[in-house]
Amino acid sequence: MKSFLRLLASVATTLLGLLLVTFVISRFLPADPVLAVVGDHASESTIAAARVRLGLDQPIIVQFWLYLKNVLQGDLGESIRTGLPISQELMRVFPATLELATVGTLIGVILGIPLGVWAAVRKDTYIDHLVRFFGLIGYSVPIFWLGLMGLLVFYAKLDWLPGPGRLDFGYEEIVTPVTGLMTVDTLIMGDMDLFKNALGHLILPASLLGYFSLAYISRMTRSLMLGQLRQEYILTARVKGVPERRVIWKHAMGNILVPLLTVIALSYGNLLEGSVLTETVFAWRGLGLYITDSIFGQDMPAVLGGTIVVGAIFIIINMLTDVAYRVLDPRAR
Amino acid sequence: MKPFLRTALQGSLAAVAILASSVAAQAKTPADTLVMAYVIDDMISLDPAEIYEFTASEYMANTYDRLVVIDPANPSQLKLQLAESWSVSDDGKVFTFKLKPNLKFHSGNPITAEDVEFSMERFVSLDLNPAFIMTQFGLSKDNVKDKVRVKDPQTLEVELDAAYAPSFFLNCLSFTSVVVDKKEVASHEANGDWGHEWLKTNAAGSGPFIFKSWKPNESLLLEANESYWDGAPKIKRVLIKNVTESATQQLLLQKGDIDIARNLTGDQLAALKKDPNVKFQAYPKSTLWYAGLNTKNQYLAKTEVREAMKYLVDYEGLQKTMFNGTGVVHQTFLPDGQLGADNQTPYKLDVAKAKELLAKAGVPNGFNVTMDVTNKTETRELSASMQNTMAQAGVNLIIKMADNKTTLTKYRASEHDIYLGQWGSDYQDPHSNADGYLNAPLAKRNVWQSPEREAAVLAARDEKDSAKRAQMYMDLQKMALKESPFIIMFQQVETIALRKNVDGFVVGPSFDLDLYKDVVKK
Repeated sequence: MKSFLRLLASVATTLLGLLLVTFVISRFLPADPVLAVVGDHASESTIAAARVRLGLDQPIIVQFWLYLKNVLQGDLGESIRTGLPISQELMRVFPATLELATVGTLIGVILGIPLGVWAAVRKDTYIDHLVRFFGLIGYSVPIFWLGLMGLLVFYAKLDWLPGPGRLDFGYEEIVTPVTGLMTVDTLIMGDMDLFKNALGHLILPASLLGYFSLAYISRMTRSLMLGQLRQEYILTARVKGVPERRVIWKHAMGNILVPLLTVIALSYGNLLEGSVLTETVFAWRGLGLYITDSIFGQDMPAVLGGTIVVGAIFIIINMLTDVAYRVLDPRAR
Repeated sequence: MKPFLRTALQGSLAAVAILASSVAAQAKTPADTLVMAYVIDDMISLDPAEIYEFTASEYMANTYDRLVVIDPANPSQLKLQLAESWSVSDDGKVFTFKLKPNLKFHSGNPITAEDVEFSMERFVSLDLNPAFIMTQFGLSKDNVKDKVRVKDPQTLEVELDAAYAPSFFLNCLSFTSVVVDKKEVASHEANGDWGHEWLKTNAAGSGPFIFKSWKPNESLLLEANESYWDGAPKIKRVLIKNVTESATQQLLLQKGDIDIARNLTGDQLAALKKDPNVKFQAYPKSTLWYAGLNTKNQYLAKTEVREAMKYLVDYEGLQKTMFNGTGVVHQTFLPDGQLGADNQTPYKLDVAKAKELLAKAGVPNGFNVTMDVTNKTETRELSASMQNTMAQAGVNLIIKMADNKTTLTKYRASEHDIYLGQWGSDYQDPHSNADGYLNAPLAKRNVWQSPEREAAVLAARDEKDSAKRAQMYMDLQKMALKESPFIIMFQQVETIALRKNVDGFVVGPSFDLDLYKDVVKK
């Protein structure tokens, strides 16, 4: 109970701090948020009225307090640009990002860990160099360029994969959002063609994000694994005649699992914030694009709403990682 | 261990490959649906009393009807839409409109003069972004009830505070006389808001298309109005998808996954010229690219300096390289197509001439000056070119790049030296730009207002003889070319790229004249 309360307090403090910083920064921008709602010909009185309506005439402390009060009541406010409830808009964009990030991370884990292990076992051979080089490209090539090239090759030239968007244009409108995850919703509808279509649209952007997390995960796996392979217990196991596969995947892997989990969780968290560039290239209306658009549109309530989601993601992932530690690491039990 | 690892890797790669092949692209755009990629992130409201943005105007034009509209084929002419006829009283103050018979809204309700009255009252009383277009005729929250009068179910009267040029009032009405369904809207009224909260995300019109859904920044779906009074549209549906990346729009069009790409750059249009499946439609829009020179600045206060700077832009070169079909050189404040527009382009890049003028102004060695630029591809390229050519005569542009809202905040407060941007006419009448550039808001922002110029602008506005009115605008443009603090450079040309099988899309001089009704897919 005590630890739960402590956890709750730390979550609240983190979110509060995050909001305060975002809020203060937003008020230091030289742009006037009222501009977003009134036109070029607005009279002084229209401008003043809009300022009052948006609550911008109050001192900043009061504005923040009013905002907090609403948030605590579950009301994230309305978007300045569209007048729609922000919670409703976030419910629409977040699942898009969640779907992409989850599949991306899966790809990163499924390919990244074996590659990292392979490179560690074959340290300093051409395989090791190849894996590291492959990872380096993932780090250094701009994702924007890689995304467009991917579309050009697999969509425009080879016709292997469908293009941008979450479904072929014209079909998205017939899917009733239940979870907001396109693959799940099409399955719920029981339409296998649409499900395949959704999956097809997911492959390219998810592989792109997967490549990034793969680059990170394989590199970390390699160095963690190398650290273990130098240990004496490995030598002991080998001397005892334990099969090599067991030495690597049970003994060594068992020991790097906990730090590796942190690596994966961090990488997942990063993808969940939404990758603006990937979302732009693939016309994928996710969280990253939503927050960026809102910043450019001076839509502060929307930016703050997005910030809360990002903050909550990190807190939840941290908590889950903590739980997983306890399961995986006997000392933490 | 080795075989295991290899199996794992091969296994996962194979899984991806199988997935990929089983879901290869199959569907192209449905034959009865027009699919269009279009950046619609400026759309903030669907209420005709609030709509003022480019893409929302286009939405309005296709889902609502107006009393009168501009003829897209001939923008200096008006066409009757819901009105069967109009007339003006002898004193020039009272306009009478007679409605066509048997018109119906999407709801099935008949369109009557009462709906028109309601729509006008609503437009003025809500006092949102475009309301100034009507309030400039002396209509206000307090008097609109008396000034707009129903004579009989088919006839409506509007009384103005003075006698304006009839063409001026009607040109304004061509944007503002959208008629909404009174019964429908009034039933959604809350706290005396004229149904605004509801209409922001809903529709109550009579146009060729019926609004189906809008996901802000994501998509807009319209459906054909099968019983449209002027003939049903030939396609069943219009789907607009917000694709912000123009390179992505290009790929989608080439693959046939969209029928029309709206936001391609000059480079991309040039690349598409080789594609046999793609064609183009272009129309000059009433939007001008210009630089506003703040006369508060000691150098920019001098007429010779301002004129010198007009000689320091590489108009020809930019048209060829940067605009490449998306803009033409235009130097006067009235865009081509409007009454009285003067299309002369006296300024060319002429460094010697500029130096001469600078010497005359007492700054032979040039000067430093800042320019606020919005961080967008076009403005970045344009400002870089200007920086380069201006430097040749010693005018050193210090470019300050920021996002749109930041530069605009500064500009509105007249805290800039030079502002580089675009200005689009508010309505298709020369008064919009004449007033904008010579009086307010642009002349005001650049501290160049004067009672004489204001009087001249108003005189041109009220001249009833169209030929005389046009001549007055010609004279004002000639004056502004030389003296004004505006380096007007280009008129925007909207070039859209379409699949070869798409016909009948109308691209008009302004976005409220881009029409989908006659689109066919063969």
